Amino acid sequence: MSNEAVVHAHGAVATHEGHGDHHHEHHHHETFITKYVFSQDHKMIAKQFLITGMVWAVLGGLMSVLFRLQLGYPDATFPWLEDILGKWAKGGRITQEAYYALVTTHGTVLVFFVLTAGLSGTFANFLIPLQVGARDMASPFMNMLSYWFFFAASIVMLSSMFVETGPFSGGWTAYPPLSALGDASPGSKTGMDMWLISMALFVVSSLLGGLNYIATVLNMRTKGMSMTRLPLTIWALFFTAVLGVLSFPVLFSGFILLIFDRNFGTSFYLSDIFINGVGALPNEGGSAILYQHLFWFLGHPEVYIILLPAMGMVSEILSVNSRKPIFGYMAMIGSLFAIAILAFLVWAHHMFVTGLNPFLGSIFVLLTLLIAVPSAIKVFNWLTTLWRGNIRFTPGMLFAIGFVSLFISGGLTGIWLGNSALDIHLHDTYFVIAHFHIVMGVASMFGMFAGIYHWFPKMYGKYLNNTMGYIHFWVTLAGAYLIFWPMHYEGLAGMPRRYYDYSIWESFKQFVELNRFISTVAMIVFAVQLLFLFNFFYSIFKGRKVTSLNPWGATTLEWTTPINPGHGNWVGEIPEVHRWAYDYGKDGKEFIAQTTPVGADESEHH
Amino acid sequence: MTMFLTIAVIVLIFVVIFQIAKASEYVSVLKGEEVSRKQNNKINGFLMIGFLVLGLFGVWYCNELYYGKTLLVHDAASVEGARVDSMLWVTLAVTGIVFILTQIVLFWFAYKYQESENRKVFFFPHNNKLEVIWTVIPAIALTVLVVIGLRNWFLFTGEPPQNAMVVEVTGKQFGWIYRYPGKDGSFGKKYYKNIDNASNSLGLIWDDKLGHDDVVMEQTMYLVKGKPVKLIIGSRDVIHDVGLVHFRMKMDAVPGIPTTMWFTPKYTTKEMKEITGNPNFQYEISCDQMCGNGHYSMKGVIEVVDQEEFDAWMVKQKPYYVQQFPEKDPAAPKAVADTAAKTASVKPVEAAKKAVAKM
Repeated sequence: MSNEAVVHAHGAVATHEGHGDHHHEHHHHETFITKYVFSQDHKMIAKQFLITGMVWAVLGGLMSVLFRLQLGYPDATFPWLEDILGKWAKGGRITQEAYYALVTTHGTVLVFFVLTAGLSGTFANFLIPLQVGARDMASPFMNMLSYWFFFAASIVMLSSMFVETGPFSGGWTAYPPLSALGDASPGSKTGMDMWLISMALFVVSSLLGGLNYIATVLNMRTKGMSMTRLPLTIWALFFTAVLGVLSFPVLFSGFILLIFDRNFGTSFYLSDIFINGVGALPNEGGSAILYQHLFWFLGHPEVYIILLPAMGMVSEILSVNSRKPIFGYMAMIGSLFAIAILAFLVWAHHMFVTGLNPFLGSIFVLLTLLIAVPSAIKVFNWLTTLWRGNIRFTPGMLFAIGFVSLFISGGLTGIWLGNSALDIHLHDTYFVIAHFHIVMGVASMFGMFAGIYHWFPKMYGKYLNNTMGYIHFWVTLAGAYLIFWPMHYEGLAGMPRRYYDYSIWESFKQFVELNRFISTVAMIVFAVQLLFLFNFFYSIFKGRKVTSLNPWGATTLEWTTPINPGHGNWVGEIPEVHRWAYDYGKDGKEFIAQTTPVGADESEHH
Repeated sequence: MTMFLTIAVIVLIFVVIFQIAKASEYVSVLKGEEVSRKQNNKINGFLMIGFLVLGLFGVWYCNELYYGKTLLVHDAASVEGARVDSMLWVTLAVTGIVFILTQIVLFWFAYKYQESENRKVFFFPHNNKLEVIWTVIPAIALTVLVVIGLRNWFLFTGEPPQNAMVVEVTGKQFGWIYRYPGKDGSFGKKYYKNIDNASNSLGLIWDDKLGHDDVVMEQTMYLVKGKPVKLIIGSRDVIHDVGLVHFRMKMDAVPGIPTTMWFTPKYTTKEMKEITGNPNFQYEISCDQMCGNGHYSMKGVIEVVDQEEFDAWMVKQKPYYVQQFPEKDPAAPKAVADTAAKTASVKPVEAAKKAVAKM
């Protein structure tokens, strides 16, 4: 990779030499292992997160194609499926076990490995030091560990696919007793043990990363970079890290109790259970609902862990490419803060139909719908940012606009589902699938794509191919709506989630053609993602070279580094910051970089 | 063979796209990057407005195609469900208007303010008045929705009317068991360690006389039109969920923690067959909580009938206790009791006694 050639010229600090022993003025020797494998450079770690996330996105996407095949063509047989999956697709039709395993793994992998590790792992690592003006993370070593714990989690999860009794198949939320009892479902045997080990490793990875991100944002900002001069990306990534650090341990505690119930005969979640073929279990006095509280105490903040980084990047990209300051910078921070606080206070809206105390439920209704207010502020501010701008449709900008559209569409259905009396009807139907795929899944993917297209020149010193980017965007946007919009109608017919086959149901069997259509579009959209992957890897090596330091005309600090920054990011002194990140179109100037001192004749200063 | 052909076609499409993409990059170098960037900008700006128009058309067309297949074309089958529907329509109106307006503004702005050499960007970093407006208006709209929602919520989760009948529903992998309290109106106690698939599917404690007239059955639950019903919901193994789409109700079945739900059926099954125009219509109970590999087939049926029909049906039902201990049937002569049933029944009785002692 020639883009890494410009490394450590003058004054680069080798932060990983330890003991504060800084090396100046000479080229720091790096081997293949220290540079590409056990790297402590935040930029390399970001790329590791990104590419591992991409591998998982392909696997997770492929799983969805496979189970969509079953939903779209429930009666057809595909002999090649048996060639690939063996006993899991006897006679060319995916078995129930395999279907549920695919659904479960798709969910787990996309939520945690792609949209948590792949999204905030990539962009928190890449952008925080570059945009706050730091040479690296607070602890590069911990940062490296964070990636390798994620890698270990990935390996364990991948291995669970090859267990004889199959991977875990009880849904990504892993509710006990189903997830606690191997006798209730074969997927809850060894597959579940591995799922838990993998997730435990993932929590460790996430905590190591999160602590680092927080420490870096708080302590390592360059001179003049006050908190209110930070780009919104950093604010969003900061809140994301706070959410993760405060909520992942709770999930972990839930998993520990589950491990005890599974293996050591405790009854935290188990009570009054009789399993066919086994008989009555000795466990009494536990509460299956306790797990749901512990799970959703992470589970809901997790939604914002996925969404906030996308929001931050979209804010930045919309502003840069509208050539106009983000509208309501302080309101944007305020709404991020409000969302982060509320994220901890709404978890039980996933549990309206568990028999929750109705009064408690009503509090959660109120707090849940309250989230719509900061969300509305963000949407209106994005729209106003576009208003009277001078918009450049780079692929990154297109994805940012697509994000806003999807966030509106999916966010509005949240108002339906957050209202408990309506949720009683729509809970666990396809309406929910449509809601969270649009607002959290696809929208965050769009945020991620926007980030990749926008910062690819900084990552690799090359451009992605624009034409392929445009095709990627328009097909994906149209496809996302074609897949998930009609699902609202299936939900309004009451069609339940996680059904392998609907043909025996008088109430739900009328959507055969629609399901086939959705499956077909899903395959096309998946193919277009492969086009993007090709564009990505091709462009790393053969892409058009970046020739100017600041290709998008942006104000932020990352564009003051060399085209291919080495470990340490800046050659010589770290630049000083004199203004906020959004002086676009001010006083008739195209843009004013954060490093430019405030002129005497400048109008109102931020 | 078709698979290879499909793969070949996909690869071919990829190659074509790649060649076009590559070529357009060369062209842009030849034309000057600035010129081709502006061209692309125009194209994408046009596509923005195109997407808006096609998208709105698509929303309408999708509604044309699928509205008729949803539950909304017919009345909700319960009195409470009608309130869910009316709340749904209000929510749809509010969110629908916001959806249409914001999407139009988004794509229209994207089109209108695409890069142009003549435009001077408006430096507009903030405006407190605007920001207050779009904080307050959503807050008011949401307050209205919350008030409507919570009134319904407290009604649905509150106590059912005095005249409500009670039915117990128990989920198991993968089916439902129903229990009626019988003439005395009270359920007998049960204990899960007494469960025996063949002779005591709910684990009833036979020593409890209240349970002797309880009626237990699977497959079909009978309810009465116009009479509120309270379901006491439980599970024998993992978490299930009693999903009643036509009544617009849903409640989890959790092992160890009984839950409740109540509603008032509005139409008999027969009437619903006419209303929906579907002679095969059934009130189905769908399990809505992932419960294992047979989750998708965990189906129950509710038959709503009028009071007379229900009474006639109920009279015919033998209490579960009597089914298991025919010799104890007050209606039957003592001699009928055969010895085989007697010996088979000894074990569960003793187990139940032990269980009671433990409690």
